[in-house]
Amino acid sequence: MVIEHIDAQIPGAILDRHAFRGDQTIVVAKENLLSVVDLLHREGFQLLVDITAVDWPEREQRFDVVYHWLNLASQERLRLKVPVADGESVPTLALQFKTANWFEREVFDLFGIRFEGHPDLRRLLTWEDFPGHALRKDFPLDGGDVFCMEACTAPYNNGERN
Amino acid sequence: MESIAMTRQMLDGDKMIVNMGPSHPTTHGTLRIVLELQGETITKATPEMGYLHRGVEKLAESLSYQQFIPLTDRLNYCSAIMNNVGYSTAVEKLLDIQIPKRAEQIRVLVSELSRIADHIVCVGVNAVDIGAFTAFLYLFKQRETVYDLFEMAAGQRLHTSFTRIGGLFRDIPEGFVPATERFLVECSAAIDELERLLTHNPIWHDRTKGIGAISAEDAVNWGYTGPCLRAAGVPQDLRKAQPYLGYETYDFDIPIGTTGDVFDRYLVRVEEMRQSLRIIRQVLDRLEPGPVMVDDPKVALPPKEKVYTRMESLIHHFKLIMHGMEMPVGEVYSATEAANGELGFYIISDGGKNPYRIRVRPPCLPIFSSFEDQVKGGLIADAVSVLGAMNIIAGELDR
Amino acid sequence: MAEMNINDAVMTTRLDAVVNWGRKNSLWPMPFGVACCAIEFMSMMSSKYDLSRFGAEAMRFSPRQSDMMLILGTITNKMAPVLRTIYAQMAEPKWVISVGVCASSGGMYRTYATLQGVDRVIPVDVYVPGCPPRPESMIYGVMKLQEKIEKESMSMRKDHIQRFYDSLARQESIQAEKGLTSQQTIREMLMDAGERGVGTIF
Repeated sequence: MVIEHIDAQIPGAILDRHAFRGDQTIVVAKENLLSVVDLLHREGFQLLVDITAVDWPEREQRFDVVYHWLNLASQERLRLKVPVADGESVPTLALQFKTANWFEREVFDLFGIRFEGHPDLRRLLTWEDFPGHALRKDFPLDGGDVFCMEACTAPYNNGERN
Repeated sequence: MESIAMTRQMLDGDKMIVNMGPSHPTTHGTLRIVLELQGETITKATPEMGYLHRGVEKLAESLSYQQFIPLTDRLNYCSAIMNNVGYSTAVEKLLDIQIPKRAEQIRVLVSELSRIADHIVCVGVNAVDIGAFTAFLYLFKQRETVYDLFEMAAGQRLHTSFTRIGGLFRDIPEGFVPATERFLVECSAAIDELERLLTHNPIWHDRTKGIGAISAEDAVNWGYTGPCLRAAGVPQDLRKAQPYLGYETYDFDIPIGTTGDVFDRYLVRVEEMRQSLRIIRQVLDRLEPGPVMVDDPKVALPPKEKVYTRMESLIHHFKLIMHGMEMPVGEVYSATEAANGELGFYIISDGGKNPYRIRVRPPCLPIFSSFEDQVKGGLIADAVSVLGAMNIIAGELDR
Repeated sequence: MAEMNINDAVMTTRLDAVVNWGRKNSLWPMPFGVACCAIEFMSMMSSKYDLSRFGAEAMRFSPRQSDMMLILGTITNKMAPVLRTIYAQMAEPKWVISVGVCASSGGMYRTYATLQGVDRVIPVDVYVPGCPPRPESMIYGVMKLQEKIEKESMSMRKDHIQRFYDSLARQESIQAEKGLTSQQTIREMLMDAGERGVGTIF
């Protein structure tokens, strides 16, 4: 099992692990991320399926950057989590895995987590000067637009409401 | 890196900037590609997306699990049922429940119908972009028949919301099986007609062979899944590799390409349509009567007759609607083989009525991000072919 | 041609009738297809439902060569300035049909990213509800537009189109003055209008 290999070759890298409904998850600190990923790549986990993030605002290390890996030869999946605090940045995987490029841009856009070494870190889904980061728990669903949540139509007579 | 504002300026001398989109004739939804051209050759291509970002993942945090199902329809809108099936499978994995046999079989049936419909749109629209309009018109007749079947089963043509957590919305009606059998015959003939039009057509070969080729290692590095990955030579299909819904019991093949170019992607999709017809044939042969919804009052709404006559069913109904299902605390990632590739749902539950976070892993995002590599050094006309073969559906790309 | 001042009432009515008959039977659609409604539009243009019976076969994706814009799908806040630019590029007379609930009112997406109804930023003539509307509903929408065109008078430029161009000028001046992107400018104009209790920005 790859988790044992990681434990053997990079001791102390895995901060926590659990399995739930057949999914294996390990938690790794951001300093060890690149070395763990290198090891995974050599063990055959070559398809980086997804990068995303989760916001836990009560925790001190507010965000969890979540990576999903797939081993094409053995069809094993692995979830890797890296906890970061607000304002901290995570090393980028975009140079080694080209798929990480846009996934990391999306995480930056929606959560505000920066990735060091990323060749082109700009927003992906919202526009350049969008105020705030949309998927944070303290960002309102309507983005501050009063009209959005009111049940009104925009009628035609000079824009005045009846 | 220069910003997109460069669109308004001419670069030095002989380079020209051409903006493709976000409103453009290729009906692939709203994308934007800023092309830098030297004559007809592309020197740089910057894709930009997000024009259909509707905020689905944020909206999911204020809806219950069952209420998210109509939102999944609108992800890959060409094959809506596969998204429903993918999401319901993910929530069922989280709940650790097993749906009845008949529900599994019908889910396979409508998923494969949906896969055929999606490939019809992809191949048809790809052909229209290149100029072969007839294929589209012939194929769309089959898509209309698929719409009729969906309407019979679920009541809606396009956004069916057919699955529920724990099974299906309702059982398929009387005329569905004979109509599907007729469809199998007609569709087979239509695919033969399509192949007669395109597969040995020299103009089609000129426009698609050698365009957008990609090697297997590059495809894996870019995160490709689905027909584009299989066209590059990697035999990865979740229906065979990590079977779900009983796919291991069906007899079908996975078409694998060699060069990964547009022609191979077209051939892979056409052959997948034939294999889907094969799977549908097998489902129809072994369809057995039974319930289509799991018999667990904590998950499934009880039938209306019981709600009106028995107290405990009324209470269960009330609890399910007002308090939602009882979810365990935990997280799960579940992927199914959608028409475009691996459609993944990463669901985090904190035990409450609404999910804490739902992440949709779009299969076409990594494929679209590799667009520049695919077209650099090619002609601008090839950019159109490549874009068509990637099957970018903006609904799932941007969510 | 729009400025003709013909004082003879009978002649004007006859001319209006002839011109409107010509216009309504040769509506060239510009499908502004962005999402799922575009797939139902494709069904509508195919042989089963067939919009070309109504004279609307010449589907031009260029705004400069069409007179009816069909907004097919969710318009997000990122897409709103693009929609306004394309609408401005159409030559008059021009009409807009907003197809589907996402374009008409934001649909089920009450979020930070979705424009809550296309009529907040451009003038709309006919709304077709549905998610997605059946091709028959869309054809009915086009027929309703034809009825509307029949009753128009060709001598007056429509008030709402003039207000739209005024709002476009206002948008450009705000953009230049504050240095924002067009999306953020429109968003600020919308939030401003929302706070004043007005739905639209034109």
